[in-house]
Amino acid sequence: MSVLASPRDAAPRRAGSPRGIRHGEAVAGWLFTLPVLVILGVFLLVPVLMALWVSFSDWSGRGSPLSSGVGFVGLDNYAAVTTGGGLAERDFGVALRNNAWYVLLVVPLQTGLALFLAVLVNRAVLRGRGVFRTAFYFPSVTSSVAITVLWLFLFSTSGVVNTILARVGIAGPNWFNEPSGVLHNLLGALGVRTGPDVLTQHGFLGVTWWDWLAGPSVAMSAFVLMAIFTTSGTFMLLFIAGLQNITPEVEEAAMVDGANAWQRFWRITLPQLKPTLFTVLTLGLIGCWQVFDQIYTGTQGGPGKTTLTPAYLSYQSAFLSQEWGQGAAIAFILFVIIVLLTILQRWVLRDRPDVPRRVRRRGRAPSATVTSTTEDAR
Amino acid sequence: MSRITRRPPPPTRHRMPRKAFAWQLGLYALLVLLALVYVYPFLVQLATSVKTEADAAADPVSLVPDPLTWAAYGRLFLRSDFPVWFANSAVVTILVTAGRVFFDSLAGYALARLTFRGRGVVYAALVAVMAVPTVVLLIPKFLVINQLGIYDSYAGMVLPLLVDAAGVFIMKNFFESVPRSVEEQARIDGAGTFRIFWSVVLPMARPALVTIVILSFQGSWNELSHFIVAAQSPELTTLTKGVASLASGQLSQGSQYPIKLAAAAIMTIPVAVVFFVFQRRIMNTSEGAVKE
Repeated sequence: MSVLASPRDAAPRRAGSPRGIRHGEAVAGWLFTLPVLVILGVFLLVPVLMALWVSFSDWSGRGSPLSSGVGFVGLDNYAAVTTGGGLAERDFGVALRNNAWYVLLVVPLQTGLALFLAVLVNRAVLRGRGVFRTAFYFPSVTSSVAITVLWLFLFSTSGVVNTILARVGIAGPNWFNEPSGVLHNLLGALGVRTGPDVLTQHGFLGVTWWDWLAGPSVAMSAFVLMAIFTTSGTFMLLFIAGLQNITPEVEEAAMVDGANAWQRFWRITLPQLKPTLFTVLTLGLIGCWQVFDQIYTGTQGGPGKTTLTPAYLSYQSAFLSQEWGQGAAIAFILFVIIVLLTILQRWVLRDRPDVPRRVRRRGRAPSATVTSTTEDAR
Repeated sequence: MSRITRRPPPPTRHRMPRKAFAWQLGLYALLVLLALVYVYPFLVQLATSVKTEADAAADPVSLVPDPLTWAAYGRLFLRSDFPVWFANSAVVTILVTAGRVFFDSLAGYALARLTFRGRGVVYAALVAVMAVPTVVLLIPKFLVINQLGIYDSYAGMVLPLLVDAAGVFIMKNFFESVPRSVEEQARIDGAGTFRIFWSVVLPMARPALVTIVILSFQGSWNELSHFIVAAQSPELTTLTKGVASLASGQLSQGSQYPIKLAAAAIMTIPVAVVFFVFQRRIMNTSEGAVKE
């Protein structure tokens, strides 16, 4: 540091020899990155390694997990939550079920709504673009705790949502106290109250297939709506940026060729938004598997464990039930799930060399000019 | 391209303005409706925070309190731990923001400008770090904080948040977009690396620094899970933890929605202020982020 703090003394030497400059730069480079490396190393890399050890140990939370009294138990913790046949396995299965439905609903809905809002705001040629953008984005800046508190009020039994529903003649559910699955309720309305034996007699992770297919509980659905409300604004901004990067020429050419707004959106705008779409889907997927704050603040997994998520279960097992090994094991399984799904998504949305050609061939149908302009624009 | 633009305009052109106007009118109606859906919950929050408990239960939809009362705010500030929570959040947020501004820009500058052996490795390590989901780190962070003996202290709450890989990337990208000529001039004049960074480069980096300030402020003010695992004593409770405990019914019997919503409203104010002050920057930030 002293060399850096008194640069004038060091300067002549550096100016004299090029090796001196390189050497000074190397020292400075490491000094400049050192704080970041140390903090991330100590609070990120080391913790992950320690937790990995805990997930293979029988540490009970007392003393240091590195002390001699702590034993290596191999894959026991992982086995307990995946094949144990006990409560731990069932809880993990239920948590995965809940979060899978959450992801299945939130990711497409928030992406769709964000894109819809972006297109609307972008189409507004008069005034107030900024006002609308602000209104849609504002929920994203507030903390998940504050939003959850608000949501508990809005969706309480005689709260705002149910009052408004009552005015149009609908008896709203008891949102955050209602454990029944949405799909089961729909089937129930059609008269189907129990599943076929094939589904009820067999299962996965201690949860029958019939229960896997229950859909998100009514309580979880309220969280789904909350996630859509809070994240659509952020992703809208990303889509607006993407839309503004698209040159208008291609769309104008398509307009001249008689393509209607709907066709132009699907065939011209959307394909050009693919990089943004990829970002939004990836961020959404990663975020949705980490639901924790809302559950901690709002329901603590209830009612009937239907808002339990793997992230919250991991916290609960370790900090509340003192099953540290199992908690750490759940966290690592969750990590693997997130990584695998991200890779899968990357693979599904990968740039296939034959796809653009096919789009182009279809685009040729109305007129050849669209094709040539598309190629010009590239 | 030019061939198309020089084409004579289609005959339907004269009917377009009226049709386009109707289109825009419908578009605005839809936008206003949607904006109301997004804004209304926050208006309800503010209105309910100045209602009596009975009024909040009887007419939750109304935006007009009847009667208007500041009782919830009085209760929070005068007869609860709320001021302590607020102070803790403020201290942590200021420290974390200051730390991130300094350390992220230092590292970002080094990665963008300085050539040193191992730079590629440092860069790869940062990319790897960003891929680790934060929720997976709950138990790990607690283990290390505990092992280091800084559990239940400001050090444990602040140190782990003091740098963030994403901020380093934002700064690195910014410095790469700045021409080198100014720095070279300073170097010829005999300034050392830190001097160049501190008095030449950093002042130019204001736009990117503002971005870091916004992101760190928002991130640390709204952080919950880290504080859950880093501290437990009541005097170290932050707003997020405190309000979360309010939500699950401590401090009160019955629903007590005015108090809870008042607490949630107050904790929203600082981020809302930052948001409105730096609004243009926030919107541009994410635009920049996508282009990269």
